[in-house]
Amino acid sequence: MQVLTEEVKAQLREILALMEKEVHLALFTKSGECPTCEETIAMLDDLKDVNPKILVHHYDLEENQQEASDWGVKLAPSIVVLNDQKEYLGIKFNGIPAGHEINSFIKTLLEVSGSGTELPLDTKERLEALTVPINIKVFVTLGCPHCPGAVEKAHKLALSSTHISSEMIEAQTFSDLSNEYSVSSVPKIVINDQYEFVGDQPLEVFLEEIEKISMPS
Amino acid sequence: MSLTFELNLSDNLKPDAASSSFSELQDVTIIGAGPAGLSAAIYAQRKGLKTLVVGSRIGGQVLDTSAIENYPGFSSISGEGLVQQFQNHIKSLQVTVEQLEVAEISTRDHTKILHLTDGREIRSKTIIIASGSHHRQLGVPGEGRLKGRGVVYCAICDGPFFQDRRVMVAGGGNAAVEAVIDLAKIAKEVIIVHRSQLRADDILIKRMQQLENVEIYLETTIEEILGDTMLEGIRVLKRDTGEEMIIQGDGLFIEIGYQPNTTIFQNTLNMNEKGEIIVDSLLQTSISGIFAAGDVAESLYKQVVISAGDGAKAALAANDYINHLQIRKEHENASTDGRGQSTIA
Repeated sequence: MQVLTEEVKAQLREILALMEKEVHLALFTKSGECPTCEETIAMLDDLKDVNPKILVHHYDLEENQQEASDWGVKLAPSIVVLNDQKEYLGIKFNGIPAGHEINSFIKTLLEVSGSGTELPLDTKERLEALTVPINIKVFVTLGCPHCPGAVEKAHKLALSSTHISSEMIEAQTFSDLSNEYSVSSVPKIVINDQYEFVGDQPLEVFLEEIEKISMPS
Repeated sequence: MSLTFELNLSDNLKPDAASSSFSELQDVTIIGAGPAGLSAAIYAQRKGLKTLVVGSRIGGQVLDTSAIENYPGFSSISGEGLVQQFQNHIKSLQVTVEQLEVAEISTRDHTKILHLTDGREIRSKTIIIASGSHHRQLGVPGEGRLKGRGVVYCAICDGPFFQDRRVMVAGGGNAAVEAVIDLAKIAKEVIIVHRSQLRADDILIKRMQQLENVEIYLETTIEEILGDTMLEGIRVLKRDTGEEMIIQGDGLFIEIGYQPNTTIFQNTLNMNEKGEIIVDSLLQTSISGIFAAGDVAESLYKQVVISAGDGAKAALAANDYINHLQIRKEHENASTDGRGQSTIA
């Protein structure tokens, strides 16, 4: 099955030429009912063709429990983005990053490959002050044009701090989870299951919410 | 789930590498990459001006629209599709688009300065502000508490959460009626509530009236949004009879127009009571050499085609301004160095 059209592939080839280092993608699927698993496998297969610096590894959520627990994978399909040394960076995409979400996925690949942008100095200083683990969940739908911006910011923060992990969650595939978190509007950002906000807010808002946990007033 | 890939990345993903391009003085710097900003960029670039677009979302609000049916040349095109066309157009002209955030603007002699949130500066002879607008809020009790918990502002983003549910739409313009038409395909029932008469295009109203699962409440104001942790309904007032009633539902889509994105300019430029930047017939703001186009500028009508038209006009006006500035400078030089008037002619 091919999911990326030749036209999209051609555009991606051009954009992903900016990749500097290799990026490993750990794709978790599971046997039995697994909505969008097949499509996600096909999408990553297509991406491998686009740029050989993208390396895909297949895992099964039940059989590869060690890896799943190392990288905190609980859902399938889930893509864990690892660097060229196959090191875990705290970022994953739960559900297929199709529709508008392909933009945050491609941006993340570029960031991880070493072709990213620098955060402002004061932001870096604020991240360095973090002492507790922070988990950011970003709920999205594939038809949502604002969502990739929020996912990019969350992933960027996770890439910039060893204390932060960040995950995109495709709300329709994981509808039980989105009900659990009362998601009715996306992007919805949940931090340590404690604080939440809606919308592709400026980086400052992400930082303020994170600091509520890190430095309780 | 139908699978498409809406790739919308600019080719300029490494601003650091390109930063040298904006360390020089620009002729025109455009804030915003929606229809007004991109149209301005096309005109400015074709005039041969050194043009820079600063914007984070190419296409702007056009991306939030499921279908556009009133842009000449396209009897019906998706928002995404139109943005793709815009993008192809600016790419063919090699317009530079930088994903940067502006904190404020100022002027230094004839030069305009854009102060970026990352501390850097862009210097430019002219600025065209095309920063667009965002969804207006209803401003009734319950809205803040239930935002994202049933109160939503983007039908194409959040429609899927209301499959087979009962949803309400607030508003009476094109955006509201389009939201109703889109939602009627997903939701079990759609109720549109508007405080006066519908002002959407007749063609859209007729399309909505044909839908069986749509109920229409006009001359009805929303007084309160009800629900503890999730939206449960709305309390409305029927203006003709003065009767109050409660409409139950799972979601409320607010489509009551837009608020201009002008906060960062409020200390610099004159604005009207709606927060729109006041402009003259050439779209020039209260500071000469700074222009405003599209939804940010004072105007009654907010349409993609109007924004694109504004962008073109602002770019041409900026071009004239630069030419006059040149003449004025030469004139100043000529009169100070006393070598006669020949340089002006």
